[in-house]
Amino acid sequence: MTPQQPKSSSIDWLTLVIYFVFVTAGLFCIYASVYKETHPDIFDTTQNYGRQLVWIGISVFIGLLILLVDEKFFYAFAYPIYGITILMLIAVLILGTTVKGSSSWIEIGGFRMQPAEFAKFGTALALAKFLGGYNVKFSDKKIQYVSAFLLLLPMAIILLQNETGSALVFASFIFVLYREGLPGYFLFIGFMVAVFAVLALLVPPIYLIIAIAVMAGLFMLVIRRNKRNILIVWSVALLMMGFVSSVDYAFENILQPHQRSRINVLLGKEVDLKGAGYNVQQSKIAIGSGGLWGKGFLEGTQNKFRFVPEQSTDFIFCTIGEEYGFVGSVSFIAIYLLLLWRILYLAERQRYKFNRIYGYCVAGILFFHFAINIGMTLGLVPVIGIPLPFFSYGGSALLSFTVLLFIFIRLDSNRLNELRGAFE
Amino acid sequence: MDNQIKRYILFGIFSTVAIIYVVRLVVLQLMDDTYLRSAQQNVLQEQTIYPARGLIYDRKGELLVYNDAIYDLIVIPEQVKNLDTNEFCRVLGITNEGFLQRFEKIKRGVGYAPYRPSVFEKQLTIPTYAAFQEKLYDFQGFYVEVRTDRKYRHSNAAHIMGYIGEVTDREIENSEGYYRMGDFIGISGVERSYEQVLRGKKGVRYILVDSKNRTQGRYKDGQFDTPAVAGQNITLSIDQKLQALGEQLMMNKVGSIVAIEPGSGELLALVSSPTYDPNLFIGRERGNNYMRLLKDPAKPLFNRPLAAPYPPGSIFKVIMALVGQQEKVLYPSTAYGCAGGYHMGGLTVGCHPHPAPLPLRGAVAVSCNAYFCNVYRTVIDNNAYPNAEAAYKKWYDHISSFGIGKKLGVDIFGEGKGFLPPTTYYDKVYGRYRWKSSTTISLAIGQGELGITPLQMANATAIVANKGYYVTPHIVKTINGKPNPNPEYQNKHHTTVDTAYFDVVIDGMQDVIERGTGRIAAIPGIVICGKTGTAQNPHGKDHSVFFAFAPRENPKIAIAVLVENSGFGATWAAPIASLMIEQYLTGKHDTRTYLLDRMLKANLIHKNDSATTQIVKH
Repeated sequence: MTPQQPKSSSIDWLTLVIYFVFVTAGLFCIYASVYKETHPDIFDTTQNYGRQLVWIGISVFIGLLILLVDEKFFYAFAYPIYGITILMLIAVLILGTTVKGSSSWIEIGGFRMQPAEFAKFGTALALAKFLGGYNVKFSDKKIQYVSAFLLLLPMAIILLQNETGSALVFASFIFVLYREGLPGYFLFIGFMVAVFAVLALLVPPIYLIIAIAVMAGLFMLVIRRNKRNILIVWSVALLMMGFVSSVDYAFENILQPHQRSRINVLLGKEVDLKGAGYNVQQSKIAIGSGGLWGKGFLEGTQNKFRFVPEQSTDFIFCTIGEEYGFVGSVSFIAIYLLLLWRILYLAERQRYKFNRIYGYCVAGILFFHFAINIGMTLGLVPVIGIPLPFFSYGGSALLSFTVLLFIFIRLDSNRLNELRGAFE
Repeated sequence: MDNQIKRYILFGIFSTVAIIYVVRLVVLQLMDDTYLRSAQQNVLQEQTIYPARGLIYDRKGELLVYNDAIYDLIVIPEQVKNLDTNEFCRVLGITNEGFLQRFEKIKRGVGYAPYRPSVFEKQLTIPTYAAFQEKLYDFQGFYVEVRTDRKYRHSNAAHIMGYIGEVTDREIENSEGYYRMGDFIGISGVERSYEQVLRGKKGVRYILVDSKNRTQGRYKDGQFDTPAVAGQNITLSIDQKLQALGEQLMMNKVGSIVAIEPGSGELLALVSSPTYDPNLFIGRERGNNYMRLLKDPAKPLFNRPLAAPYPPGSIFKVIMALVGQQEKVLYPSTAYGCAGGYHMGGLTVGCHPHPAPLPLRGAVAVSCNAYFCNVYRTVIDNNAYPNAEAAYKKWYDHISSFGIGKKLGVDIFGEGKGFLPPTTYYDKVYGRYRWKSSTTISLAIGQGELGITPLQMANATAIVANKGYYVTPHIVKTINGKPNPNPEYQNKHHTTVDTAYFDVVIDGMQDVIERGTGRIAAIPGIVICGKTGTAQNPHGKDHSVFFAFAPRENPKIAIAVLVENSGFGATWAAPIASLMIEQYLTGKHDTRTYLLDRMLKANLIHKNDSATTQIVKH
């Protein structure tokens, strides 16, 4: 069978347009956030924006290659790609270069990259292939264990590299698992775990334990009091109490000092203008000063005076907030939501389970980055260093998000061919 | 549940988060205008508040060192805009080239960042500062920071107080973020050893300045500011008057005076001659003055009393007398003849004419060489030990317990160990078991390889005064009114010689002053116990050495004086020590004007060293 070239009409243009809007806007934001009067040339590759431009070129080129590859390639090579990304992660552990406290970088001929970024689509492909297999039911225990293994392996290695942020991203796979049959209360439990973890750090655990007991008692009044229900309610309550009392321990003994202090600052337990709190404080000033319409391109004073550290990478949203104001920020959020919806919509119309699962993975990952990154610049989430997709400066991240998205566009573009094939 | 519905649930979750963020944006961007104001005020400037460095007093409470304001010009390179360079250079009094050079230097500095303050010009003169302050609004990105430098009220005690100077790159790196380029740090003396106590804690002030560099007020009412904590004041154990007299007496002489309060180990005076005026090390000329002093052949920067080892000469006999008794080879009644010296085989150690034979007390008084050579022989050739090596080791331990041959642990940097030869030293020279008392006989009278610093000599005197112990000598008496917290400066270090053996030796030392070699040091009404020494010096004329303590009962001062290349101990060292004792105990030093005049007028420095005299006088 000859490889099927996608017809231009079968490519989802909306997704593609959003992609190009985002990388272009991102480039301008990076330019604004590291702008110096001495280096006004956007093509200057000694500056972040010049380099980002090069990366955009590389990413678009590779994206186009992906659109030309036979769609079966990704199905066939899902496991090898996963294997390669795992090997790269292990290689980093051994050969890695340490940048800003995390040893997640690898250098090949003066070229620095972060394999943790590539592990995301590697894992998405492997999970899609595994769950998309013929006659695979997620309710099967074995299937659940293997899926968990596929996810936890890269996550664990990335944790060892001291890249907590990138490791957390793997939690986003919970969305695709939910779609494929994971009971809905897991989502609820995941949410409750997050809420209680934060509460446990704010309030002494003893109050929470009392609150949980009271809630369990209230439950007892509402539900039918048979043996089974009583057992479930109280064992859940006990589990929650155990969790709440262990959070403090985990916080003090497992987290790194800089992570502890970031969380403390966010919770208002610690005021540290020079350290972790400084980023967030300056980020809020930058965004807050944007007002309704923003100050305009290159007019952000907080930008120019370099108040927000890491502004071209993790805090790029500050530039949007300051220079384009509320209108710009909300437009960005709206377009991002549109992209997420479009991916879910496209995923749901796929004929192959593999394509659908992969699509949900993409949506989950993109959402997770969005939620953490924007939340952090708005001071709602602890400072976890993960990039804003398509916007943040960084070659590995841009390239990996491009590959992640373009593989899905490629898979989707074949949908009509499949149909046509069926009618012929 | 229908799988199709799940995407709506997921999208619902996505949208909920997005809506929360939009609400947050409404609050931040549309409702709360404090962020807008923060940003309008534009630039948050972090200013360092330098704490006042701790003051230094003498033991009587007289102020020795205080602080004086200086003005540094600071630049934040990134904020420099529309600068009229010509005008700027004119106000500052520098050339355009100098302007560029300074910027180049800043860029090469450790921790340089364009958005961080760097020192552009240090220590502006008051007129420059005033002129600059007027024009400040024209010079965006520049501001003046007020700091303090040291001022010394007296030109004395330079070696004790040391000086402060700018931190080096390495000190910045090792300080875990405390020091910044251009900060001052103690470089020698007490300024260095008590840096942590004296420096205090820097504070930070966040102020908002507008785009024209005008102060708009404090950031968030100063709630993030931290105040500077002033350094702690230090009281030295030094008596300023005594120190000043000591330096006067040592003028035009090379050498040291160390005076200790025996019971407490507190240093009363620590004179290193030639010395220099500590005020040379402040202000803009600091660097040039330092180079000048460094190149001076008389080495005025060298802290002689702490670091220079000398053969102690006859004063060592006092220690020999104590060790001999402790080893039970010498008794107060022991008498040796002296036929013009000590003869053994072909070896002769000469002695001056005096009545003989003498018992121990008399031998100390007349400083008989033959007597102490015999003592040394009986100690080393003692049959109680298997061989000379074992006996020497025992002797070594005794001497070592007097604080000789090791660092005492004084609280000023630059202390030397001196040299007490271990057995291995002689093994190397003569071969193992190939040496005995006659080979090393010069040790008996404090000559030969032995090297003792003036500090160790004074400490040994304090041990005799205390009859068997010393407290580690130290220079800082109290910190912020509380006694020096270092336990070393309270503990008694006992020697290996029992208290009972000291009295006869002290009798002998009293005789030295009353009828022996040190009569010139006698002061009517004060019982002084001392010992003269004339240390042979292979490089030139003998060193004049004297050590003494007074009064005999309940001693208040133990002193060691060494004047290099000046001859007999009685000629120079003894009178100087006597004048010092008189000053400390009675508050006067002018009752014997003939003695004082002779000491003050004496110029014992050779002509080729005359550069020193120019430095010494200020």
